[in-house]
Amino acid sequence: MMRVLVCVKRVPAPGSRINITDDEQDVDTAHLGFTTSPHEECALEEAVQIVEREGGEVVVLTVGPAEAEEQLRYAASVGGTSFVLVPTDGTALDPQRTASIITQAVNESESEGGQFDLILFGNESADSAGFQVGVRVAHALGRPMVNGIKGIEVGESTFTAQRAIDGGLEVYEVPRPAVLGILEGINLPRYPTMKGRLASRKAVIGEAPIDSDAGGLRRVRLHRPEETVSQTIMLPTEAAAAATAVVDLLEELGVMGGES
Amino acid sequence: MTVLVIAEHDRGEVPIATFEALTAARTLAASMDDTVEVVALGDESAQIAPDLALHGAEVVHTIMSPVLSDYGPEAYAEAVVALVNAISPSAVVASGTSRGNEVLAGVAARLDVAFAANVVAAEKSAGGFSVTRQQWGGSLLEDVDLDARVAVLSFAHHSIEPTEAPAAGTVSTFNVDLPDELARTVIKDRTVTSAGVTLATAPVVVSGGRGMGNAEAFAMLEELAELLGGRVGCSRAVTNNGWRNHSDQVGQTGTRIAPEVYLACGISGATQHWVGAMGSKNVIAINTDAEANLVTKAGHAVIADLHEIVPAIIEEVKKRQG
Repeated sequence: MMRVLVCVKRVPAPGSRINITDDEQDVDTAHLGFTTSPHEECALEEAVQIVEREGGEVVVLTVGPAEAEEQLRYAASVGGTSFVLVPTDGTALDPQRTASIITQAVNESESEGGQFDLILFGNESADSAGFQVGVRVAHALGRPMVNGIKGIEVGESTFTAQRAIDGGLEVYEVPRPAVLGILEGINLPRYPTMKGRLASRKAVIGEAPIDSDAGGLRRVRLHRPEETVSQTIMLPTEAAAAATAVVDLLEELGVMGGES
Repeated sequence: MTVLVIAEHDRGEVPIATFEALTAARTLAASMDDTVEVVALGDESAQIAPDLALHGAEVVHTIMSPVLSDYGPEAYAEAVVALVNAISPSAVVASGTSRGNEVLAGVAARLDVAFAANVVAAEKSAGGFSVTRQQWGGSLLEDVDLDARVAVLSFAHHSIEPTEAPAAGTVSTFNVDLPDELARTVIKDRTVTSAGVTLATAPVVVSGGRGMGNAEAFAMLEELAELLGGRVGCSRAVTNNGWRNHSDQVGQTGTRIAPEVYLACGISGATQHWVGAMGSKNVIAINTDAEANLVTKAGHAVIADLHEIVPAIIEEVKKRQG
């Protein structure tokens, strides 16, 4: 039996054009759809698959605005077992504060329901991409953590975790209990079934009012990088002429050798 | 004072990302009249010192320990923290790679200070540091005030051109006893999935999107990539359709690439894709839609059906390669 915690974040759907509010303090969410941050959606799927094999429960935790209930209900529709929302006023929290809140929430949940064998985070959030909350939580809990994970095997007293690197995989063997940061691609997340949708409507969302002090990063403003406007040169559209033009260009750029 | 750079290396091989970080660190150090020093961990740390000196390291601190025999995030973070406590630098920096961000997060957690990831500009301010960092894979920037006794920063990979600036590179051995327990997160084993040129390092990436239509159509991209000594990439739509493995995905949640040429076939170019490809030196788009985001970002475009254009390009390449 495994007790697994997955920490997820509500973010604007990746791929949308992100606009900034007039006061430059936040993303303008007026016309945006929301989703679970992609790495975390895969972390949730991985947790559900592990518990399907090993038995146990998948607890899903989010720190976010009241609307983040939507992401917890979605988690219920794809196999999550219980759900905790730590409500915020919707403004972005700095990573130290978020990590401290999650650490407290883990301690509360563990004192009631027992230790988590495994805690999963996404490698980084799609929006603020601080690359640190999972590492901070693991350190505070005194548990091992490895990020960038694209494969997990559950052992008797360890997890064998595969980390994706350029051109290969690194293998880590971490003792239980552990914390892992998941990369998209570890699985293809399932879609909710009819039964899942029904479960999501009935799911009970627990609220945990927890807060913590602000950390050392304070947002001044958001802005857009200067875009280098490139004047696109249109090449011929007829196949043979287009091919000649493209290959001329490849020659000019010195990439026709085919070596390396 | 000192700006301390964490050198990455894989069994003695230093990635270009570390030289980018050294280059950025020199600018930051110069603005504060600091010196640039580097910490290199593990058995190969002395052997990489000359390369680090060439890129501006005044001092190379080497740390050896049984638990530093290979990369491990916890052992690396503990070792760096021990050195930080000994030499009190004004900043600890690395490249914003997978390992760089992971180690710095661990360093910041142990020092209980802030960490700003994927920074593109940083300077000392009255109360600490003023930092500009990437969000959304680089499609948005966030200016932050960083308030900490030591600034922990990673510099965004691919956002700076590494340059040389020869310095003394004096090797200094730092002795620290690291607990055996840290071995729990040290690499146990490795598997190589693709030998030779990889998606992240390929000089040419031939990439396909939804416009490919199906998995089979990627055979022609494979052929073209092979001819050019490149690799095949794809968009997130393609992986979600199950046409290609996720390891081929270019984008915010896939691989960041910086090839000499990016040939994008039937890719509309959503923001999350573009941020993974924007490091490319030259972009050529083939798309039926002249308004597609990627076409407007490309230096060159062919507005036509890729299923006709790509085979014609393959023929032309073969002809010229003889």
